[in-house]
Amino acid sequence: MADNNDAFVRFVEVQKSYDGETLVVKDLNLDIPQGEFVTMLGPSGSGKTTCLMMLAGFETATHGDIVLDGNPINNVAPHKRNIGMVFQNYALFPHMTINENLAFPLKVRKMPEAEVQERVKKALDMVELGAFGTRRPAQLSGGQQQRVAVARALVFEPKLVLMDEPLGALDKQLREQMQYEIKHIHESLAVTVVYVTHDQSEALTMSNRIAVFNDGIIQQLAPPEDLYERPDNAFVAQFIGENNKLIGTVKEQHGTNCTVETEDGSTIEALAVNNSGSGTKTTLSLRPERVVIRPEAGRCPNIFEATVIELIYLGDHMRTRVNLLGHDDFVIKVPNSSGHQHLKEGEKVSVGWLPEDCRALDYA
Amino acid sequence: MVQAAQTFQVAEGMSLKAALAKAERRNKTRALLLVLPLLVFVSFTFLAPIAQMMFRSIDNPVVAGVFSETLIVLEDWDPSGAPTPPEKAYETLAAELARGYKNRTVGRAATRLNYSQGGMRSLITKTARKISRVQVGPFMEGRWKDKFLEIDKDWGDREVWATIKYSGDRYTAEFFLKALDLGYDWDKSVTAEPENRQLYFLTGFDSVWWRTFWISALVTALCVLLGYPVAYLLANLPLRISNLLMILVLLPFWTSLLVRTTAWIVVLQTEGVLNDVMMFMGIIDERIQLIFNRFGVVIAMTHILLPFMILPIYSVMKTIPPSYERAARSLGATPWTAFWKVYFPQSLSGIGAGGLLVFILALGYYITPALVGGPTDQLVSYFIADHTNRSLNWGLASSLGAFLLAGVLAVYVLYDKLVGIDNMKLG
Repeated sequence: MADNNDAFVRFVEVQKSYDGETLVVKDLNLDIPQGEFVTMLGPSGSGKTTCLMMLAGFETATHGDIVLDGNPINNVAPHKRNIGMVFQNYALFPHMTINENLAFPLKVRKMPEAEVQERVKKALDMVELGAFGTRRPAQLSGGQQQRVAVARALVFEPKLVLMDEPLGALDKQLREQMQYEIKHIHESLAVTVVYVTHDQSEALTMSNRIAVFNDGIIQQLAPPEDLYERPDNAFVAQFIGENNKLIGTVKEQHGTNCTVETEDGSTIEALAVNNSGSGTKTTLSLRPERVVIRPEAGRCPNIFEATVIELIYLGDHMRTRVNLLGHDDFVIKVPNSSGHQHLKEGEKVSVGWLPEDCRALDYA
Repeated sequence: MVQAAQTFQVAEGMSLKAALAKAERRNKTRALLLVLPLLVFVSFTFLAPIAQMMFRSIDNPVVAGVFSETLIVLEDWDPSGAPTPPEKAYETLAAELARGYKNRTVGRAATRLNYSQGGMRSLITKTARKISRVQVGPFMEGRWKDKFLEIDKDWGDREVWATIKYSGDRYTAEFFLKALDLGYDWDKSVTAEPENRQLYFLTGFDSVWWRTFWISALVTALCVLLGYPVAYLLANLPLRISNLLMILVLLPFWTSLLVRTTAWIVVLQTEGVLNDVMMFMGIIDERIQLIFNRFGVVIAMTHILLPFMILPIYSVMKTIPPSYERAARSLGATPWTAFWKVYFPQSLSGIGAGGLLVFILALGYYITPALVGGPTDQLVSYFIADHTNRSLNWGLASSLGAFLLAGVLAVYVLYDKLVGIDNMKLG
C-alpha cells in the first residue's frame, strides 16, 4: 500500500448521513495512490455509490475530509474538481452530436477550437469510433454509447476518473468485452480510476484493489486474488465467489490453526484467521473447488462422508451438491479433467480438505 | 424448410400475404368499431359545422335570389362601358323590387347589398317602397329609368348598379376580402375599404387581426417566463412537496373560466383589492385603471392559460434524468452553463408544446377579453360572435372564422417544420 501522505485520493474518517439519524457511510478511510484502479464493490445500499458521489462533489460529507492530490475538496464545487465521470446510463447529451458531446468539457474550459478538434478526434480514435462523430447518441448502440461516455470522461485529461456501474445496462458478452477495453485504457493512460459496481466478476477482472462495502463500512480492501483466496471475514467470503459455510465452536487454538467442533459433533481442522478464540462461535469458509473427492489417506486431516444429492454438468466442471455434516447445500466443484472422479446421485463418497483451505472467520 | 412452408401454403389455398391481410383485417375492423362512436360524434359536432362554416364564407344566395331576373339582364351590361344599364334593367328591377316589397324579401337583399356598399340599404328600401306604389302599365314603357332617378339620383350611378351586379354572384370571395378590410370596386377590382369602415387589418398595429396576434404572442411569452420556473420546481422538488404544488397549479384549472375572470375584476377594478392595497401602502397616490383595458386582458389571459404552459413543460422536464446536469457539472460546466447548454435545450420541446397550446387557445379567446377588456381590446372571436348573433352577417363571421382556423393550422405547420410535431409532449 502506498504511503498515506503520497496518496492521490484520500478519504479521512468520512461519514455521511442523509436523514440525520442513520449513517450511510460510517467512518470511511481509504487511500488511493496515483494510477491505481480501485473498485468499490458491494450490495445495493452499502454506501459505495454515496462515496463516489461525495468524491465527485454531488453529495457533501457529513463529517471527515476528502483529499484530492493533497488538497481537501469538501468545499470545492463539482465543476472545479477536474474529475471525469462515467454514469450508469451514460448521460450522453441527446441533443448534441458525438463530437459536440466530446467537445463539451473542452469548450467550457475555453480551449482553442483547433485543439478541441484535435483532442476530440484523438479521443474518438482511442475508443475506435472515429467515423461516428456526427451522429447523435440515440443512433449508437449501447456499447458504442458506453465507449463515447468513457471517451468524454477522459478527453479533458483528468487525473481521476469515476465510473458508476457503467456497464450495468449492457448484455453479458458486451460487458465482458468492455471490461477489457476499460482496463486497457486505464493501463495505457495511467489515470486513477475509482469504479463502483455490484458485479464481483467485473471487479475481479478490472481492479488493482477492491474495497468490499457492506453496511457503510469497508469490509476488506485487497487485491482481487487476496480477496478471493484470503477473505478477512464471513461477509467477504460469502460475497466474493462461491463459498461453503459451516458454523462451529472453536475448541482449541494451536499456532495458526484451530480445531472447530460443528453442531453435530464432528471436528474440523481450520486456519485461524478472524475468530475470537477458544469457546467462541466461528464461521468456517471453504471454497467448493478446494474440496477433494476420495482423498488419499493421510493427505487431509479433514475427511468426512458425504452423500451426493445433485449433479449439474457445467462443461468445465461438475457442480456437485452433497449432504455433509447435516448440511445438504454443501457444494463441490469437480473439475472436468481427464481421469476425474465419476459420481452418481445417491452415492456415498468420502471428501476432504486441507486445514489452510478452510478459514475460521467471524461469526456474524 | 422452404419446401415445407410452400406445401403448407398450397394446402391452405392462400398466399402468406393474403393470410396476413386476413388476420390484420379482423384487428382493423375491431379497432374501427372501437373508434366509430367517437368518429360519428366528431363528424356531426365538429367536422360538419366547420365544413358548413367554410361553405357559408363563400355562399351568397340572397341577392341572387331576390333580383334573379335583373341579374340576367345585367349580364349584358359592362360597367366599364355605359355608365348605366339599359332601360330593360330598370324595368325588371322595378318589378322585382315591388314583388320583394310585397313578400318582404327586399329587406334582406338590402342588408346584404349594404355589406358591399354603404348606403345601399336605405337606397333599396326607399326605392322599393316608392316603386311599389307606381301604377304598372304600357304608359310606363321607357320611363322606368326616369322614375328611378326621380326617387334617387344615385340610380344614375355606375357604382350602385355595379354593386348589384357583383353582389349577385352565387358564390363570392367578398366576405374574405371584408375580413381583411378589402372590397370590390365597381369594376370588381380588389380595393381597400373606405377608411371609416376599416377595422380588421388595414388600420395597422391596432387592427383586430394584429391585436389578436400580438396579444396572443405576449400572453404566450408571459406564460413561458412565469411557467418555466414553476415547471422546473415541480419536476425537481421531492414528490410530497411537488404534489402539493401541482394541486395549486391545477386548482384554478378546475375552476370555471367565468369565475376566474370575474375574480380578476374584483381584484383589479378601480375600487378593487389591488388598488386598495397599493393606496394603503402608499405606492400610488390615486387609483389607477387596471382593468377594462389591455393590461387587464393580458393579466387575466396569462393567468387562465398558465396551466396549459406549465403542464407540457413539466411533463418534458420529468423525462430529463438528473444525471445529465451532473454529467455536465463533472465535465467542468458551471451550474448556469450546465442548465443553459444541457438542461434547457432538452426542455425546449416542452416550451414548444406549451407555447403552441397557449398561443392557439389565446388566438380564439372570447370570454375573458369580452369581460375584462375595453372596446379596443376585443380579439377576433368577439367579432365572429358579434356577426353571428347581432349583425347576422354570417358570411363575414364565417370568413373571419376560416381565417382564424387557417392561422391556427399555419402555426401548427410552422411548429411542425421547426420542432417536429412528434417531439410534442402534452403530459
